[in-house]
Amino acid sequence: MHQVEIATTQETLLDTPEMVLNMGPQHPSTHGVLRIILKLDGETVIDLDCDVGYLHRGMEKIAENRMYTMIAPYWDRLDYIAAVSNGLVWVETVEQMMGLVVPPRAHYLRTILTELNRIASHLLWLATHALDIGAVTVLLWAFREREEILKIFERQFGARLTCHAWRVGGMPNDAYDDFEADVRRFVSNFPKRLDEYETVLSENRIWLSRTVGIGVISGEDAVAIGLSGPALRGSGVAWDVRKSRPYAAYADMDFDIPLGENGDTYDRYLVRLEEMRQSRRIIDQAMDKLPDGPVNAKLPKIVKPPVGDYYHSIEGPKGEIGCYLVSDGSAQPWRVRVRPPSFINLQALKQMCVGHLVADVVAIIGTLDIVLGEIDR
Amino acid sequence: MLFFLPIDFVDQMLLKFFSADTVNHVVWPFIQVVLVISLVTGWVAAANYLERKVSAFMQARLGPMRVGPWGILQPIADGIKLLTKEDFIPDKADRWIFFIAPYIAVAAAFIVFVVVPFGPDWAVIADLNIGLLFVLAVSSVGVLALILAGWSSNSKYSLLGALRSSAQMISYEVAMGLSLIGALMFARTLSLSSIVNAQSGDSIWFLLYQPLGFLIFLVSGIAENNRAPFDLPEAESELVAGFHTEYSGFRWSLFFMAEYAAMVVVSAVAVTVYLGGWYFPFVYRLTEAKGYHNLYVIVSLLVFLVKLSGILYLYFWLRWTLPRFRYDQLMDIGWKWLIPASLINVGTSAISIFVVQALDGWRGMKTIESLSGGLNLTGTGKGVMIVLGLAGLGVTGLLLGRINWRSRDFNLKSQRRNIRLVNIPQGKPAVPAVASEG
Repeated sequence: MHQVEIATTQETLLDTPEMVLNMGPQHPSTHGVLRIILKLDGETVIDLDCDVGYLHRGMEKIAENRMYTMIAPYWDRLDYIAAVSNGLVWVETVEQMMGLVVPPRAHYLRTILTELNRIASHLLWLATHALDIGAVTVLLWAFREREEILKIFERQFGARLTCHAWRVGGMPNDAYDDFEADVRRFVSNFPKRLDEYETVLSENRIWLSRTVGIGVISGEDAVAIGLSGPALRGSGVAWDVRKSRPYAAYADMDFDIPLGENGDTYDRYLVRLEEMRQSRRIIDQAMDKLPDGPVNAKLPKIVKPPVGDYYHSIEGPKGEIGCYLVSDGSAQPWRVRVRPPSFINLQALKQMCVGHLVADVVAIIGTLDIVLGEIDR
Repeated sequence: MLFFLPIDFVDQMLLKFFSADTVNHVVWPFIQVVLVISLVTGWVAAANYLERKVSAFMQARLGPMRVGPWGILQPIADGIKLLTKEDFIPDKADRWIFFIAPYIAVAAAFIVFVVVPFGPDWAVIADLNIGLLFVLAVSSVGVLALILAGWSSNSKYSLLGALRSSAQMISYEVAMGLSLIGALMFARTLSLSSIVNAQSGDSIWFLLYQPLGFLIFLVSGIAENNRAPFDLPEAESELVAGFHTEYSGFRWSLFFMAEYAAMVVVSAVAVTVYLGGWYFPFVYRLTEAKGYHNLYVIVSLLVFLVKLSGILYLYFWLRWTLPRFRYDQLMDIGWKWLIPASLINVGTSAISIFVVQALDGWRGMKTIESLSGGLNLTGTGKGVMIVLGLAGLGVTGLLLGRINWRSRDFNLKSQRRNIRLVNIPQGKPAVPAVASEG
């Protein structure tokens, strides 16, 4: 897997030797510890290979030796940008295996907080993507808004990044006192800020020339590779787990799915911006409908799902994050398998990059929105 | 402090120790050089601090705040940090070239200041009659430092950065040199001091005659300095740090200083050629005419520095606002837009000078004051010239737009598609419907 095939000879007018460039794992824009081995003709990429595993911690194996309730914090460390969303897929899988009925207030709070997390994750994507393309100021603007969300998380969960947000059967505690005021304030301020980013980037000639027509992938190819999330919707494929198999309280929400047309970096950029607007819409609705009541279901002393296997997935910010869980009836899972959206999205990198320049590789890594914590697990 | 001493008094003191020739050709130039170097180094430190502050305010943060009040001692702290760092040389590097490259960069950037007129009289070290040519020649030596640094580091990232920078600097130098020709036609001299005199004598900035030339010069100047949005040689997100990836400590700080000094050079040339240099209305009448010669020089110097800061602020502003170009796009802009535009500018400038000269005496119009020492125009002549300059800008825009109409990058807005919003039908819920239970 590590070797780049040198056999493919590129016929050029002046026979120039190809250069193999090792990009990462200590490179500023591989978003962590991704290592890419690029084969270059001048600055044109003719082949590339990804070397992953520098952040491998054996999460799935660790999970086999932990009680069901003890595994949840590990899920925060998968996609650490979107710890709240990851946590949700684990607890919902266990709840559904056990047939637990979670109180509606917990479902609504889960919806609100995962959507906030989606916005936070997309903001981080926007920040780093813009930084990769050279627009530094957007980075700090986006972090300013992300900070608001993280403050809400801190007050709600006690942590900013790895929140350990959920418990099997509901939530660790109810929303804090000013939760509604904080979320409302964020929701009312956010659209203006989004417009600011659009002013800096959307119509910017340089931004357009750096993103339009870069990293194009057709809808069929995207489905064949198994892309999900904004990377898939940017190519015009209407697929969103929140719609096709609603979880939490999404069945009650009214929202639209943004779809791109060209499947290029610019479309994925627009799709993600629009997703932030839709997330805001969902949060608004959920806050309006937020029911009263308990936030926890009654749980047995020890969580022991029945013998069997179960797959559940949710629409994480990066794509469809799934959990396949096999239980042997004991207090520890027999096997846990994560469907990692970033890992699968990364498979499209080669197809997107070949023929483009080195500068486009970083733009394409940015547009795929990968997190190495989840790729390597 | 020397600025505020009576210069004549110092001159008398020096003449007691040295012969007149030594004083005029060795001692004074030496003092000037020391002053200019300290001035420019101080400017580099100040520009570094200001850039951090300006970027901070653009990005809704405070910037350096810890070292001294409002962090104004930050550049000094940075300097100490850089000097005490390990001077690391990669194992397989070409040591000799690796050593020497940063010095070439700094020397190339600093030597240019010899001819830059910071002010009238003693505020310019050497008023070469080929000043502008000298600036272009010496500043293009800077590219050598980059190539050597990139090559000797023996790193692929450095090499790519060096290749990019050499291609970039060479192509933009063409446009830069050509864009100055228009202004030279008005000044009729290459000496930078005489260019300023031509503007002050005529009470006008060449920016008004040469809007297109100024634009081209500024854009290619920014590209020549490798500053954002043209900072490809050191594109952090792609090439880590480009040609100076392997440099650290003092040598790195030399590159850093060279970059800022080169920025000051380009700004200084832009100010001199297009913004009237140290010339400002009323300064002469209020100081020199009343016999305060040294005050005149000092005020003019301050005027120059203020104008310089304006251009430098533009640098900061662009850097923190715009994304970075891609390598091929950069070349497109250089070869498809700037070089043709500067060629057209040479033509339109020549035509407009011809038109203004032809208009002189036509139906009793008087456009030319005198032709001795540059082109001295009357009010009417200036008006005609400004209109012609703007017309040249428009014509060039239309012409190049027409030529590049079909290129991919020109019609980006028509290529972009808007996303559409769909509401796909809901599938079977994974979780039992909440509303019915609640």
